[in-house]
Amino acid sequence: MTNRPAVTARGPMTRRLAGHRLLWPSLVLIALLLGNLAFTHDFFAVRIRDGHLYGSLVDILQYGAPLTLVALGMTMVIATRGIDLSVGSTVAIAGALACEHIATSSDPGGATTVLTAVAVALGVAVVLGLCNGLLVARLGVQPIVATLILMVAGRGVAQLITDGQIITVNSDKYHMIGGGHLLTFPFAVLLAAVLVALTALVTRRSALGLLIESVGGNPAAGRLTGIRAAGLLTLVYVFSALCAAVAGLMISSNVNAADGNNAGLWIELDAILAVVIGGTALTGGRFSLGGTVLGAMIIQTLSTTVYTLGVPPETTLVFKAFVVIAVCLVQSPVFRAKMPRRRKAAAPRSDTTADAAGRQQEARA
Amino acid sequence: MARKAVLALSTVLLLATSALTACSTEAPDSGKAGKGGSDGKITLGFAQVGAESGWRTANTKSVQDAAKKAGITLKFSDAQQKQENQIKAIRTFIQQKVDVIAFSPVVESGWDTVLKEAKDAGIPVILTDRAVDSKDTSLYKTFLGSDFVKEGRSAGEWLAKEYADEEGPVNIVELQGTTGSAPANDRRAGFAEIVEKDDKFKVVASQTGDFTRAKGKEVMQAFLKSHKDIDVLYAHNDDMALGAIQAIEEAGKKPGEDIKIISIDGIKDAFVAMTEGKINVVVECNPLLGDQLMDLTKKVADGQSVPPRVETEEGVFTQDQAAEALPTRQY
Repeated sequence: MTNRPAVTARGPMTRRLAGHRLLWPSLVLIALLLGNLAFTHDFFAVRIRDGHLYGSLVDILQYGAPLTLVALGMTMVIATRGIDLSVGSTVAIAGALACEHIATSSDPGGATTVLTAVAVALGVAVVLGLCNGLLVARLGVQPIVATLILMVAGRGVAQLITDGQIITVNSDKYHMIGGGHLLTFPFAVLLAAVLVALTALVTRRSALGLLIESVGGNPAAGRLTGIRAAGLLTLVYVFSALCAAVAGLMISSNVNAADGNNAGLWIELDAILAVVIGGTALTGGRFSLGGTVLGAMIIQTLSTTVYTLGVPPETTLVFKAFVVIAVCLVQSPVFRAKMPRRRKAAAPRSDTTADAAGRQQEARA
Repeated sequence: MARKAVLALSTVLLLATSALTACSTEAPDSGKAGKGGSDGKITLGFAQVGAESGWRTANTKSVQDAAKKAGITLKFSDAQQKQENQIKAIRTFIQQKVDVIAFSPVVESGWDTVLKEAKDAGIPVILTDRAVDSKDTSLYKTFLGSDFVKEGRSAGEWLAKEYADEEGPVNIVELQGTTGSAPANDRRAGFAEIVEKDDKFKVVASQTGDFTRAKGKEVMQAFLKSHKDIDVLYAHNDDMALGAIQAIEEAGKKPGEDIKIISIDGIKDAFVAMTEGKINVVVECNPLLGDQLMDLTKKVADGQSVPPRVETEEGVFTQDQAAEALPTRQY
C-alpha cells in the first residue's frame, strides 16, 4: 500500500483521480441513454401525471433505487475485501416480515402498523448482519462462505414467514415507501439519494471511510497502527444488511406484495456487478460511492433498454453480457492503453498509463 | 489463526449439512410400513414437488382432501424441490408395498431406474401435473395434468371472439413466463396459433416477466412508454397480470377497459381483480386434481385400463362469472 497518497495530499489529488474513474461509467450510461433515444424518440420526455413525474427516466431511477441501496452496502463490504452474498435473501426476509405484520394486523392502513412493520424488518436485518459480521470478523470464516449460509438459509426463512404464499397487503402508507411520491418525486428515489448522501458524508467527512479501506487494503498494517478490524468488519455487514432490508421494503411495497420465492432473487450478483462497474476493486482497499450509483443506474438502464427495444427474451442475457463486457473493457486502462492509435480523442496518455500503473500496483498489493 | 479459521469453517459446514439432512429426511413414515392393501383399503403413495407456491399448496390440499373423501389411505411425501428426495420417497413407497404411486416429477429426466423398480414390484404409477421424458411409456399408467398449449389456445379464442366484429389492428403485448419453462413455451405457442390466423392481431411486444408481480409491473411500465396504443395484455400467469395492472393504473389508464387483460391460472387475487373489472378473462390452470386422481387410483388399483393422458377439468372465467366463482376459490 505504499502507493496510497498520504492523508495530507488527499484533496485535489483524489478528486482528479475520482474524476477519471467516474468518466468511463458516466460515458457508458450516457451512451446507453442516447442509444435509447435513437429508437424511442420520446425516451427523455418527462411529464407530470396525477401530480407526479412520469417517464422512462423516472422508471429507471425508481427501479434503480433498490439496486443502488443493495450495491451501496455491498460497496462498503467489498472495500474491506469481503463480499455479501446474503443480500438477496435479506431483501426477501425484510419484505416478508413487513408484509406479514401489516397483513395480520387489525389496522393495515395505520401509521403505527407500518412503522412497526418497518422497525421489525430493520431490526431483524441488524441481527442477520450481526450473524454475518460475527462469522467473518470473530470466527474468521471467509466472507463468501459465511454469507453463502444466509443466502441459502435466508430464502427458506422468507418462505417460512410467508408460508410459501404471496402475501398481498392493502396499505397506502406502506405503498409510499416503494411506490409513493413526495413533491412529485418517487419517494424511493429520494430515500435512496438521502441514504447515499449520508453514507458519503459519514465515510468521506470522517476517518471512517479511510479506516474501512485500511481493513481491506492491508489488514496487518492496519492492526499495527491500532485499527480494530473486527468492529469495522461487523459494522459493514450490519450496514449491508440494513441497506438490503430497506431495498426489500421498497420492492415489496412497490407491488403491494411479499414474494418469499422471488423477491431480490440474484440481486446480489447485480449489486456486485454495479460495484465493479463503478470502479471499486474486488480486492478491497478502495471504494467509490459515486461509481456504485452509476453502476446501478447502468444496470437498470440496460434492463429498461431491453424492454423498450423489444430484445427477445431468449437473447436478453447475451445482449446484457455484451454490454457488460464492453463496459468492463472500456474501463480497463490496460485495454485502453493497448489501442492508443484508434482512439486519439481519448484522455491524455500520460494520465491513462499512470492510472494503469496505479491500478496494477494496487492489484498486486 | 489459519487453524482457527479452518476449525470454524468446518463447524459451520457441519452445522449446515446436518441442517440440510434434517430437512430432507421427511420421507414417509416407515413405522406404518407393510400395511398397504391388507385391510381392503387402497393405499396411495403421493410424492409432491414441494410447497413453492400457492398453486402447489392448493394442489396438495386437494389431493389430501380427495383421498379422505374417497376412503383411500394416503402416504404423503414432500420432496422440497429435490429429485433425490422424490426418488427416495418412491423407493420407500415400494418397500411399503403401497397399491398405487402418484407423483409430480420435479424435473423431466432421470426417472427410468426408479420407475422400473416400481414396475418390477407390480405397483402402477400415475404422473400428475408434470410429465417425464422417458421413452418407455409402459413405466407409468397415465399422466394427469393441464395442457398448457390448450390454455394458450383458450386465451386466443376468447380474444378472437371479443374482437370478432372489430376492424383492428389490435395491438397485443405479451408477458411471458420464465424463459424456457414448459408453461411459458406452450402458453405462448397455443396463443400464437390462434391469433396468427387473423392479420388484425399484432403482438407488438413480448418480454419475460419471470412469472412474478414485480417483473410484470416493471416490464409493463416499459411497454406503456414504448408503445402508445396497446389494446390487449396477455399475461402467462395471474401474478404478472396483477403487477401489470398497477403499472397501467399509474399510467393513468383503466385496466380492463383501455387495455383488455387476459391471464392464466385463476388464483384468488385474480378473481378479486376480475370482480373489480380490472381483468377481463382468466383461463384456469386447475391444481384441484385430487378427485380425478382418486378416480384414476381406484381404476388402476382395480386393474382397469385408463387413457394414457387425462386432462384436468379447467374452465375459462369471464367478469360476469367471477363474482359467483370468487367465494369458491380455494387458492
